[in-house]
Amino acid sequence: MKVKVISRNPDEYLRETKRDIHKVQRNYDPALHPLEAPREYARAMNSVKLERIFAKPFLGNLDGHRDGVSCLAKHPETLSFLASGAYDGEIKFWDLPQRICKRSFQAHDGCVRGLTFTPDGKNMLSMGDDKTIKTWSMENEQEDPTNTILSKTVLLSLSHQRSQNQFVTCGEVCQLWEHGRNEPIRSYQWGVDSLHHVSFNQVETNLLAACASDRSVILYDTRDSGPVRKVVMKLKANSVCWNPMEAFNFTVANEDFNLYTFDVRQMRVPANVHMDHVGAVVSVDYSPTGKEFVSGSYDRTVRIYEAHKGHSREVYHTKRMQKLSVVSWSLDNKYIMSGSDEMNIRVWKARAAEKLGALKPREKAALNYHQALRTKFAQHPQIKRIARHRHVPKHIYNAQKEQHAMRDKAKRKEGNVRKHSKKGAVPFVPERKKHVIREHE
Amino acid sequence: MAKSKAVPQPKHKAVMSNFKPKSTKQWIKERDSQLKEFVSLVDTADLSGSKAKKVKVKKETSNSEESKPVPLGLRQGKNDKFPGRPSVPKEKLLKHSRGEGLDGTGVKVNLLKKKLQKREKIIEYSTEQAARLELFLPEDSGFLEADDGEVTRQFSQGQIAASVDVTSATKQFDLDLQFGPYKSNYSRNGRFLCLGGRKGHIAAMDWVTKKLLCEMNVMEEVIDVRWLHVETMLAVAQKEWVYIYDNQGIELHCLKQLNRVLCMEFLPYHFLLASAGEQGWLKWLDISLGKIISQFNTRMGRLNLMVQNPYNAVLCLGHAQGTVSMWSPNMKEPLAKMLCHRSPLLGLAVDRTGQYMVTSAADKTVKTWDLRMLSGPLSEYHLFAHANNLALSEKGLLALSMGNIVEVYKDPCRNHVDKAYLRHKNSSTIKSLQFCAYEDVLGVAHSKGFTSVLVPGSGEPNFDALEANPYQTKTQRREREVKSLLEKIQPELISLDPSTITQVDTPTLQDKVEAKKNLLFLKPPKLDFEPRKRAKWRAGTAQVAKTKKIIREDNVRKFVQTKRHLLQEDKNKSEASNISNNVLDRFKSKKR
Repeated sequence: MKVKVISRNPDEYLRETKRDIHKVQRNYDPALHPLEAPREYARAMNSVKLERIFAKPFLGNLDGHRDGVSCLAKHPETLSFLASGAYDGEIKFWDLPQRICKRSFQAHDGCVRGLTFTPDGKNMLSMGDDKTIKTWSMENEQEDPTNTILSKTVLLSLSHQRSQNQFVTCGEVCQLWEHGRNEPIRSYQWGVDSLHHVSFNQVETNLLAACASDRSVILYDTRDSGPVRKVVMKLKANSVCWNPMEAFNFTVANEDFNLYTFDVRQMRVPANVHMDHVGAVVSVDYSPTGKEFVSGSYDRTVRIYEAHKGHSREVYHTKRMQKLSVVSWSLDNKYIMSGSDEMNIRVWKARAAEKLGALKPREKAALNYHQALRTKFAQHPQIKRIARHRHVPKHIYNAQKEQHAMRDKAKRKEGNVRKHSKKGAVPFVPERKKHVIREHE
Repeated sequence: MAKSKAVPQPKHKAVMSNFKPKSTKQWIKERDSQLKEFVSLVDTADLSGSKAKKVKVKKETSNSEESKPVPLGLRQGKNDKFPGRPSVPKEKLLKHSRGEGLDGTGVKVNLLKKKLQKREKIIEYSTEQAARLELFLPEDSGFLEADDGEVTRQFSQGQIAASVDVTSATKQFDLDLQFGPYKSNYSRNGRFLCLGGRKGHIAAMDWVTKKLLCEMNVMEEVIDVRWLHVETMLAVAQKEWVYIYDNQGIELHCLKQLNRVLCMEFLPYHFLLASAGEQGWLKWLDISLGKIISQFNTRMGRLNLMVQNPYNAVLCLGHAQGTVSMWSPNMKEPLAKMLCHRSPLLGLAVDRTGQYMVTSAADKTVKTWDLRMLSGPLSEYHLFAHANNLALSEKGLLALSMGNIVEVYKDPCRNHVDKAYLRHKNSSTIKSLQFCAYEDVLGVAHSKGFTSVLVPGSGEPNFDALEANPYQTKTQRREREVKSLLEKIQPELISLDPSTITQVDTPTLQDKVEAKKNLLFLKPPKLDFEPRKRAKWRAGTAQVAKTKKIIREDNVRKFVQTKRHLLQEDKNKSEASNISNNVLDRFKSKKR
């Protein structure tokens, strides 16, 4: 007779000393883990609730400006460094982790309109209502700019090219400048309308887009002598930002409460319409991954959109934050900076429920597991509802309701008209086609 | 008319929705048959020890490998120095597989198809990893093999205990108690044992170390005992009510809602204590809330035979009519009913994978059933006496008791067996049988006490410490309790197919649309009106036409009224269904 029964040596299953961690023997046989699906569902439910509980996105504010913040500039090499310009012409340098102002100086008479670092991070360019473009050296704390250029035209916006020593300004005309020269090397004009925002493409570095006050968005190529293309919308575009990963996409923030993502190859119809704001959108900035962007609006909220989705995934607001003037997504994809009319710069987390700081491996694994669960059960009605729910202030809530009523009304009316007209006389027009009037080439 | 038709539909649908879609069923069937093949091949190869068969098996596998077209670069020759990772045996992959997966047919968008394929690859990889990890399992299953001229059932417990190691020998013991007949229950991790004697004796012990936790006499009839989710709580069905004691014997609760209980089951993942009573009442009590979740009168008479299906937490009741009915707390009617025998059921057991059910009846037969297909009997066994108690072990061994004799059969569900694997003769009549989890031990509670019987090869050798840990410390137990309470499954999710929650709700959506359509596009019934015959001078055609018109219009008016009423009712119903007292309702969008 040969016989063996299960006989375990307890020493192999118990920890040796009390300072040890417990031994955890695993067996992944599915028979030992019954009711897998409902248990995962229960876990997903807990996880999505906890995510909402931990969603505390506001990290702190940087106050010190004596007028509304007009522009922000992120340093291309140092994450902790932020420069901001205000409507009173003052520029401040901030240390983000310590939340202190490192330096502040009066740079311009009147508003600071543009602020940007050179790609090597050694110099900063600023531009103001006094028609000057000043170059500031970052290496020594000099009081005076290293170079001052006096422009002949009004200047409203500034953007630096990524690879070369060139930058572009806009105002009455769009001008291309080179470092070391006091005259623009090229200037572009299309019609007589002034331009109020300009932005260089980060990948196709010769391409740039500008917003004009005749409600148009204009594309330029610096290798070309004139503008390339122009698309006219129903309402004015306030600012424009290129997708840093997909060279052919850019997003404009529009006066009509929406944002539009355009594909430069097909400008007649925007690739996507991003709704949800209830006030004019004034500023937009992409995350460095190019998958999301942040927008700031006159409705006193910051919203985060996924680049290919029509509605925002997140809305940030505080009681004291007033109309937003500028937003910026940090280069480590973790934080969002917003400057607003009431003189504060606010720092937010890009993912509201994210835990900051270093994570232990087990913590990381647990978070990944919960993330996977949430995506697995994302379509379940209960989970979806909890994940989507955001508390918004009363004025936003009411405005949303009003917008909804208006949209419903228009839809109903159109439906009625369609019902009582000849078949095909009132066609179905998709939302994307409603906002662009024409395209010029 | 439409309404009266619509009423029986949802019931029918609810029952139907508990069944798996056909493809999944087929997959399971295929997998089972394949697994069975593998198991039988391995078993015969191992047990018989004949080399010829082994060789044959090997040959088959090598043939199958050769027949596959393998790319030249991947072909593994004998001289290959770096053959790469060894492939995982197919039966192991099948064991860990969750289903066939999707191949992307019918997905039109290329990107989505790619995404799907990527996901499938990840799932495949994880299955493979889980299968590979089996290599690291520390313990092997037990076994009992007879030499030539011997059979395994001839060995007595004394002989087995004498030939195993000392610690295992202590697992075979006899408790001689005088307040019998006894009922027993092992805790979920197999470490603790509680005994309840009909004459009021309750004892809880750590049976491995033989440390007594508590012992008392409640001076009242004790009908059933059951451990709750931790070993500090114990539910006892007494003469009138159910009581909950802690591990020191202090009465924590008296559950007067559960009265005249005959048997209890504890559903550990739902925190439900289910009880079946004398008048046919079936009740589920949530022990984390202390509330009755639902209670039905089964109208099946006295319920004294109840087991849970660990695979889906459905309760199986055995009845005197020879039927087995399956119950979830969400439906007043049984989810399924099976006529298993022509005589009263005596024993009922469900295996841990929820695949097989074994029933025994007063006609001295034992039948095995396929629970997932709700079909069978897979096999039928005739005994020399009726089997009063049945128990299935983790490895699929079946123990049955006939009077004072226990017989253990090896894997009677997958293949037909004619001879018992083990046999044990007890001193008195056996009242309950239960295999201990993660041990090769069968607990036999009888009228004169309790006997622990060694059954080599019955238990799962490798436990998962995050599910049930026989070696857990106090802190681990506390942590586990909190975790499992957080992961409590809502009782609404109990159904025959536990994976319903992950499946797409397509048929019901279709039904909804269909029902709505039916209601919206309802047409007035055609009227077959024949005016009565009148005198010739009165029966002018104009008169007849007029009467016809009046009646037709009246008919249409009535129809429109009823339709409007129906639509309104439908709307009200949908609104009413939105109004519930759920805590999460505050997140619902306000009515515009």
